[in-house]
Order: sequence, then structure tokens, then C-alpha cells
Amino acid sequence: MNKIHSLALIMVITVVTMLLRFLPFAVFGGKRKTPSFITYLSNVLPYAIIGMLVIYCLRNVDIFSGSHGLPELLACIGVAVLHIWKKNTLLSIAAGTVFYMILIQFVF
Amino acid sequence: MTIKYAFKKSLPVMAGYLVLGVGFGILLETKGYGIGWAFLMSLLIYAGSMQYVAIDLLAGGASFISAALMTVMVNARHLFYGVSMIERYKDTKPYKPYLIFGLTDETYSLVCSGDVPEGVDQNKFYFLLTMMNQCYWIIGSVAGAGIGTLLSFNTAGIDFSMTALFLVVFIDQWKENSNHRSALIGVGVSFLCLLLFGADQFLIPAMIGITATLLLFKRKIVKKEEEKEDE
Repeated sequence: MNKIHSLALIMVITVVTMLLRFLPFAVFGGKRKTPSFITYLSNVLPYAIIGMLVIYCLRNVDIFSGSHGLPELLACIGVAVLHIWKKNTLLSIAAGTVFYMILIQFVF
Repeated sequence: MTIKYAFKKSLPVMAGYLVLGVGFGILLETKGYGIGWAFLMSLLIYAGSMQYVAIDLLAGGASFISAALMTVMVNARHLFYGVSMIERYKDTKPYKPYLIFGLTDETYSLVCSGDVPEGVDQNKFYFLLTMMNQCYWIIGSVAGAGIGTLLSFNTAGIDFSMTALFLVVFIDQWKENSNHRSALIGVGVSFLCLLLFGADQFLIPAMIGITATLLLFKRKIVKKEEEKEDE
């Protein structure tokens, strides 16, 4: 762990996040109309990006060796079923994580 | 009166932020970043999903470019929040800069949820609500990092909380939106890029690919949404 690099990364993330939050007010705060592709992208990107983040979280799963991605698959199915059934975000995350930890520590 | 009203309104967020904050803090601590880091990140970045992703970026020593790009993609929705808040936050001086800084998903949904009752100072209410929410988030993440140092059991697999978080958000979005094209584009393009570029290199091509594909299908997706609205 490189402290300076980590600090600099936090600064980069902070500045970009603030830019995104302040930009609409700075640019469209007057009367100017928001370009349609901006409105469109900010409407549809969140749905696509969450999908990307799910893939990102599972990027190191290797289905050809080790446990063949079975613990991940089972835990994801568990989270999905629990969430569709109980509709409780925090419960789904907590139970899913504990289930996954049990799977990789004791089962696989 | 205003303080009491803001506190009451913030209660649902309190539970969520404390728990998600604790989760973030624990995860951060297992990667070797303690209480000070948790505090700093929650104070400065103050964006939940991005902070979870940032743990990976920090631990993996990501480049500045990929960190910046990742932030743009994960937080792009804030552009939309901002655009829709321009009117509401128009005359909120002197709180305005902080209100814009602290406009998270949850704060956005609270501020959007109707007008304040008589006797409540609206601008002060917005400010207190934003600040209380950030306090919950900071307290949660700092507590999590503290708890992390006390955990004596095997924490292997605790990273899955991040996967579970995004999966849950994905399911929620899937159910609330009848047009699944953008969600499918996100998963499809990312998976394709993962196969093509490998785990360490796929993110940037995936982000570019997703944006390009979404713009390419703009007309189709917009048309589909309008049809749904007409039904």
C-alpha cells in the first residue's frame, strides 16, 4: 500500500465527483437548455453501469479451475432469491455475504 | 421545529447509511486502510457506491486516469440529479455549495419528496437533512473501520458484500424499470470486454463500449420508453 498514491487517488475521485455534482448548476444554472444526449445518458447510464459493476465484482471468478465459480453462483442466486422474496436491501446483503463466507471457508 | 422535522425525515436514511457505512469501513479495514482513511473518504468523496469501488482502486494502486474514468461512470447519474435540482436549489444561499456537494441518491430522493410544512424553514431543512445524512455515513464508516480491527474471525469472502450490494441495486432497478435495454447493454458489453481484454484491462473498454452502444441505440431506447409511457 502506497499512502501518497492512495491519498492522490482519493483526491482525484473527490474532484471528479464534485465536478459531476456542480457541473449542471454551473452550466445550466441560467436559462440554457440541457443537451438531449446529456439528459438521455444520465437517464440510462445508471442502469447500464450497475450491470457493469456486477460484472466488475465477479471479474476474478475462474470457471475453469478451483471451485469453478460455484460459490459465487450460489451466493448470487441466494441474494437474488432472498431479495425478490423479502425486498430488504440490508438483509439481502448481510445474509448473502455470510452465506458466501461460509461457502468458501467451510464448503469449497 | 426545523431541526426536529429534518431529523424525523432523515431516519429512514440513518438505518441504511449506518449499515452500509459499517460495511464499507470493515471492507476498507481488511485492505489495510484504517479509521483515518474511512473518515477522510466519507468526508471528501461522500458517494456510497463509488467509495466501495474506491477500496479496490486504492488497494490495487489504480492509475489516476482509470480512477477518474471510473468515477465519471459510477457517478454520472449525479449530472441528472443536478439538472433536476437546479430550480429547487435556486435560492438556497448560503447553503447552496454544501447542498450540491452532498446530493447523494438518498438525499436526492428525500429532498424531492414533497414540500415542507408551514413553520419549517425550507433552506435550513435542506441543509440539516444533507448534513445529518452525511454524519450517519461518516459515523457508520468510521465505526466499521474500528470494528474491522476487532474482527478475530476469518474474514475471507467478506468482499462479497460489494457484489451483493450491486446485485441488489441491479434487481431493484430491473423491477422499477420496464425497459431493460440499458441494463442488458451494461451487462452484455462488460461481459464481452471481460472475455476480450481480461480481468485487469476490461473496465475502460467496457465504459467506452457502454456509452457508445447507449448512444447508438438512443433513438430505439427513447422510442421504447415513450411507448411504455403511452400505454
